Amino acid sequence: MLLNDEVQLLRKLPYFSKVDPCKLKLLAFASDRVCYEAGQVMFHQGDNSDAAYVLLRGKADLLINTAAGEVKVGEAHSHSMIGEMCLLSDAPRAATVRVTERAEALRISRDCFLKVVSANPHIGFQISRSLAETIRDKAPAPQRQPDRAAERMPIKLHERAD
Amino acid sequence: MEKNLLRYIWNHTRSPQIWILFIVLFSMVPYFAAFDLPKQIINGPIQGQGFESADASAAFLDFSFTVPLTGWTLSYDGIQLDRLSMLMALSGVFLLLVIINGLFKFYINTYKGRLGERLLRRIRYELVDRVLRFPPNTMKQVNGAEISTMVKDEVEPFGGFTGDAFVQPALLGGQAAAALFFIFLQNTWLGLIAAVMVAIQVGIIPKMRRRLIDLGRQRQITARHLAGKVGEIVEGIDTIHAYDTSNYERADIAARLGQIYRIRFELYQWKFLVKFVNNFLSQLTPFLFYSIGGYFALRGSLDVGQLVAVINAYKDLPGPLKELIDWDQARQDVQVKYEQVLEQFEPPQLIEPSVQVIAPIAPTFAGGALAATNIIVADGSGAKVIDGVSVKIDQGETVAIVDNSGSGGEALAEAFGRLVWPLSGKVTLGDADILELPESITGRRISYVSANSYFFHGSLKDNLLYGLKHAPTSTVSYSGRDAANRKWEVHEAHMAANCSYDLNADWLDRRSTSVLRGFNDDLKQSLMRALDAVQLTPDVMELALHSIIDPQENPGLAERVVEMRHALRDELKKEGLAHIVAPFDPASYNTEATVAENLLFAATRTSSASETEVAESHYVFEVLKRAGLSDLLYAMGMTIAENLVEIFADLPPEHPFFQQLQNINADDIAGYQQFLQKRKARAQQPVTEEEHRSIVRLSLYYIEPRYRFGVLTQEIMNQVVAARDLFYENLPADLRDRVERYDPHRYMAAATLRENVLFGKLSHRAPDAVVHVREVAKRVMEEQGLLESFIGIGLSFDVGSGGRRLTLTQRHKISLARALIRRSDFYIFNRPLPGLDRRVQEEIVRNVLDFLKEQDNDPAIVWVLSNTSLSRMFHRVIVFDRGVVVADGPYETLDKESGIFKSLVA
Repeated sequence: MLLNDEVQLLRKLPYFSKVDPCKLKLLAFASDRVCYEAGQVMFHQGDNSDAAYVLLRGKADLLINTAAGEVKVGEAHSHSMIGEMCLLSDAPRAATVRVTERAEALRISRDCFLKVVSANPHIGFQISRSLAETIRDKAPAPQRQPDRAAERMPIKLHERAD
Repeated sequence: MEKNLLRYIWNHTRSPQIWILFIVLFSMVPYFAAFDLPKQIINGPIQGQGFESADASAAFLDFSFTVPLTGWTLSYDGIQLDRLSMLMALSGVFLLLVIINGLFKFYINTYKGRLGERLLRRIRYELVDRVLRFPPNTMKQVNGAEISTMVKDEVEPFGGFTGDAFVQPALLGGQAAAALFFIFLQNTWLGLIAAVMVAIQVGIIPKMRRRLIDLGRQRQITARHLAGKVGEIVEGIDTIHAYDTSNYERADIAARLGQIYRIRFELYQWKFLVKFVNNFLSQLTPFLFYSIGGYFALRGSLDVGQLVAVINAYKDLPGPLKELIDWDQARQDVQVKYEQVLEQFEPPQLIEPSVQVIAPIAPTFAGGALAATNIIVADGSGAKVIDGVSVKIDQGETVAIVDNSGSGGEALAEAFGRLVWPLSGKVTLGDADILELPESITGRRISYVSANSYFFHGSLKDNLLYGLKHAPTSTVSYSGRDAANRKWEVHEAHMAANCSYDLNADWLDRRSTSVLRGFNDDLKQSLMRALDAVQLTPDVMELALHSIIDPQENPGLAERVVEMRHALRDELKKEGLAHIVAPFDPASYNTEATVAENLLFAATRTSSASETEVAESHYVFEVLKRAGLSDLLYAMGMTIAENLVEIFADLPPEHPFFQQLQNINADDIAGYQQFLQKRKARAQQPVTEEEHRSIVRLSLYYIEPRYRFGVLTQEIMNQVVAARDLFYENLPADLRDRVERYDPHRYMAAATLRENVLFGKLSHRAPDAVVHVREVAKRVMEEQGLLESFIGIGLSFDVGSGGRRLTLTQRHKISLARALIRRSDFYIFNRPLPGLDRRVQEEIVRNVLDFLKEQDNDPAIVWVLSNTSLSRMFHRVIVFDRGVVVADGPYETLDKESGIFKSLVA
């Protein structure tokens, strides 16, 4: 997959859909393309978060450590973004991501991302808006039971696995 | 040291001085004989005196000498020679005398020179010896650069003066006295006139020179301060840069140079004025002779012959007199210099030489507690930092010292380390005052570390083992020329009262390492464990991996590194990690490396910054052309240029993303943008050679997995691999030294150790490739038994002047490790690790305590903590507040009872 394909893919993500393709190309260029074999861990829960990943190909599980051991809370498919919260906050990773099917991803480091944003402030705004929408979607309605909310989470969690 | 330089010289060179004086007097005999000989040759054989008839002969070498008083006569009739033989004989004698005189001169000069050099050596040694014995408070006021200029430059003239110190005045004084005496013989009155004039000269000139001497003193001091200032600038260069004060320093230096210039210029004026007066006075005497003597001669009361004789005799007086006065000038000059130097080296108190006597074997000592009894310590300003403190540290204790306010804890540690001397009270080790105990006891039984420890120029290993170099522990047996050389060195050292310890001997005291189990590797173990304890091993490893090793010097190691290279490869394969390193394979293209790297396929050296990269050399482009790659790479470069321009064109030139592009900067991008526009507008215009190259250059630095423009075709890769041999076929001479072709089975001398081990490129696509490779490589290195060799390479790193090539944290850790290597009864750690973060500090304190406690000598450890919370690791805690101990006891007790301590730890 070439740089241009990556850019096309980034554009399909809600975060970047309204960003100038030229800037996306810069972001893609400044990012690394990484490959994972099935079973490899992209990052662990509790790790320092320093990069977000765009899964170009393959699949990964999102896992959370609980008292009862690892619990799978979601799955990430190709063309989705993993760990993007770290782009704006430096809290440690909230989940472990383990690749289940040979994967290729674009690793966007926070450093790079912030540099692109600082040169193009409107990108920041786009991203913030997308994040806000995602969070609003995820916020459990007050009347919902907590266990039901947990059930619902995996469906959306692949978009905010940090 | 003697107050007077002449006395100093006399005391140390008495017998050689007398000997050389005797030789000089003896040398006068042939010297004066040679004076008379030309007259004899001309008058005798040449002009024919005594050879009036053709077959006349004269006696050669005839003499008759009557010993006075005894009436005993010694005589020789000589050999009868004819005129020609006489000429040859006398000429032969003349030649002989010339040779004898030359030899005398040669001997005398050499002897004097040696005398001077020995004295210079003695005085320099004595001065440095004194510095080594300065008490701490004197040391605080000393400027290193000034001391060094005194030892090196200011004493230099003493050497030159030594040879003439006594010979010159004796000889010249004698000559002058003889000349004066001769004048007296001719005529008493005229003799008196000459004597009075000499007296005036001898009286006035030195008085006039007083100002000269004063100026000389000023010159010496200003020059010394200049040296001090230059030293300060070098030492403080970081601060100067940081605060933009370079021009202030320039002004300071200019002002000092101006002052020195003024002094020197005035010195010249006076010097020549004195010279003028001196010349005038010595010419005044003949004026008096001519006028007064002539007057009396005209009046008839003085015989004309007598007057002429006096004037003739006077000719011999001014010469020696002038030289005598010059000698006196030199004497005063060096005397002043001597006083100036001495002033700096005579502190009110010096450490007794007996304290520093060399002791190859540590003296037996009963041991005992380290105790401060009622000590008062003042800081530089005289304020008391410790006021009447008594503390006793027993063998085996671990003591934390914390300060509430003030710096009593540090001062106590310094007093234990003999860095400060208490104003009153004393510090004792066992029953003895530590200031009176020899350093061979205190300097070994007690190890003191602070953050200020100094590093000497040399390797890291030299510095780490510095604490073991008390005395030579072996004797080197020399043979042949070396033995003679060593004998000479020892002899000369004794002649100049220097010590003659052999620097080539082994100075490491292997019996006083901290790990001491009686095995051969105690030293190595101590070193490695100390490095581990202060968490320095990874740093040392990093230094090793960065270093470039000459395989010719370490053939064994180079071979093993190549073995490790293959072992690492196998191990990675075994672990399923083969893909994270793309090895350099002579037969295939390395996709993780640039096109240029693939073409050169070599480790490259850049000897100077001005050299262009090998990859951009003229020759590379030539090879590309010959390989038919030039146009392919041009086409490829055009696509790269288009992409790069698209991505980077509107970024400001200082944007950090430009750092992602190796070898390409913002200006280049702008250039490419212009070029592309030009091509668009006028496509048919021919491309210049330069433009062509600049586009090809883009391709040369292209890495597909990094750039992902999809321009590197299999065809190009194959051709690049094929072109490798072409590149090496006609390699020009200037490049030959700079490239070393990759060979998987050979050590690359131009590459670092790391590159040699890895021998490939890390994959751009493998996440955490560095971490994985490091893990595997570490394991392989240990399996191959290379850990110690690598650490050894790291330890040979040159730390630079004052350890400046190391980071501050590294220096702190090393100074701690340096103490840990030594076996001591007491370890005094005076805030040795400032600025380290809490976690690391805690780990290191824990490691150090564990390491030292593991040893069988059960040492006491005193640690002045900057991080008070660590005091829970110690048996006993001493809390200082404003120079007095406010709490002293086990951690648990203090934690319950002491309010101050609780507030400190909280």
